[in-house]
Amino acid sequence: MSLKDFFNKKRKYATIPSERQQPTNMNEGVMTKCPECKSIIYTKELKKYDMVCISCGHHLSMTAYERIDSLLDEKTFEEYDAGMTSANPLDFPEYHQKLDKDREKTGLNEAVVTGEGYMEDCPVVIGVMDSRFRMGSMGSVVGEKIARAIEAALTKNRPFIMFAASGGARMQEGVLSLMQMAKTSAALKRLDEKGLLYISVMTDPTTGGVSASFASLGDYNFAEPKALIGFAGRRIIEQTIREELPDDFQTAEFLLKHGQLDRVIPRDEMKDTLVKILDIHGYKEQ
Amino acid sequence: MHSYLPFEKPVIELREKIAELKSFTEEKEIDLSDEISTLEDRLEQLEKDIYGNLQPWQRVQIARHGERPTTLDYINYLFTDFMEMHGDRLYGDDEAIVGGIAKFKGRPVTVIGHQRGKDTKENLKRNFGMPHPEGYRKALRLMKQAEKFSRPVICFIDTKGAFPGKAAEERGQSEAIARNIMEMAGLKVPVISVVIGEGGSGGALALGVGNEIHMLENSTYSVISPEGASALLWKDASYAKEASETMKITAPDLKELEIIDKMIPEVRGGAHKDLEQQVIYIDEVLEHSLHTLAKLSEDELVLNRYDKYQKIGLLAGENVVPSTE
Repeated sequence: MSLKDFFNKKRKYATIPSERQQPTNMNEGVMTKCPECKSIIYTKELKKYDMVCISCGHHLSMTAYERIDSLLDEKTFEEYDAGMTSANPLDFPEYHQKLDKDREKTGLNEAVVTGEGYMEDCPVVIGVMDSRFRMGSMGSVVGEKIARAIEAALTKNRPFIMFAASGGARMQEGVLSLMQMAKTSAALKRLDEKGLLYISVMTDPTTGGVSASFASLGDYNFAEPKALIGFAGRRIIEQTIREELPDDFQTAEFLLKHGQLDRVIPRDEMKDTLVKILDIHGYKEQ
Repeated sequence: MHSYLPFEKPVIELREKIAELKSFTEEKEIDLSDEISTLEDRLEQLEKDIYGNLQPWQRVQIARHGERPTTLDYINYLFTDFMEMHGDRLYGDDEAIVGGIAKFKGRPVTVIGHQRGKDTKENLKRNFGMPHPEGYRKALRLMKQAEKFSRPVICFIDTKGAFPGKAAEERGQSEAIARNIMEMAGLKVPVISVVIGEGGSGGALALGVGNEIHMLENSTYSVISPEGASALLWKDASYAKEASETMKITAPDLKELEIIDKMIPEVRGGAHKDLEQQVIYIDEVLEHSLHTLAKLSEDELVLNRYDKYQKIGLLAGENVVPSTE
């Protein structure tokens, strides 16, 4: 350490986290606080119930791999394109650092995990987003991985299931992110024309460019209870129309009421429901 | 008389000075032609310097200029026999999007575009060119009709974005945009999109999945407005100028990123300075695009569009090139 560094060293102050900043994961993850009813639950117990609060039924967010484990038959998942990472097409300041930080935090290379596997012996191609990575935002990699997964479904004649969890397009990749909406939707058009099944499940949150592309294009559009789903942000709408919005605005239940969803499916019924649909579509005998 | 943008001030001042001198010579019968000619040379140079070297934020201001020609201005000049068709057959008629049938040099086409107003009254009627779901559904209805009758679709993009409102969300803004994007990808007729003003996010892309995408020189196309990007990334909306540079939203930027096919030149100072000349520039590009795309079969058109979008994006890490199995 040089003398200069010594003088530059920041003084450390004790910080008292405010209540808002208090993490939901406490005691290094042993206990988890439900953001809805504030109950403190053993994380292990919570995971056993697929991250659904035991006392109030609130659906906490799941990591991509937790979701895959909860849906696919054991040891059947084969991941696609796991090593694909983002470039920095706009030379956006600090983008790489932010990506590195999220990689470290989540153990993921990007905000979506794609691959194939079996659900009660039905072969499927699946994509699962993880909102911990850059808010699940869609940049070049997310768009490319989803489009490739759809192309794999096309080649293998398999149904495609997508679990969305995303704040929308990724700002740091600018208009390239916007164009991923076209890339994924164009791939879905092919799937559609080939008569293959696409099930979209919107989880908390599914907004912006993701809700305005592949997430809304399912043969069946489902959502998890209370998931936030919408195109524009609540605050922007309130500022634009100068009107207070109902409490349930942009929730899964609100969308269901307005005819925008086929069903709202609680997590403990998710796998059974999906398998039933796969069966009705004749994928069980394959 | 046009209203001027702040960065144009030196040009305007010099132009006024020349006019003053000219009227002075006429009144007083003094010969100042040498001085005038010097000043005129200087004006020419100044215009070249300012308009020939526009910065992103200046282009944003031109793209948003109140007098910038709109979709209907261009339709009136570029096409003959334009007949507007209304309604989505589901809910209503959204005047933030206009569409209909017309002829381009004798050939039938379908024309669709975002429509904003030039004054408050018209903007209220047009909802500032920010569509609701019924606008996108009307556009899709007209595109499907174009496909049925094998005529090319020409879209003009000019919107700050899809309208962020309660009713829009209730009626499925996301789904309407998503559906347009997906269905445009599969259209079996040529599709050409031209960004003429602001191309704001998904609300613009919903008319933008073309075989060819062109942008007027001073138009913008972005995932979020510079103000929005500034607020989101720097927690402060006042860095819009900086954001307009960082986000790469201008026609030259998108040409460099290989997202658009052609940058259509604008008359000096912006399209609003000479609509008729601007129309000539757009006309040439449209004719060329239609001529090129006319050679493609239905399947080739769809494939051409598919490949165009699959190519967009920059990747790193492993498996960047798809396996060829």
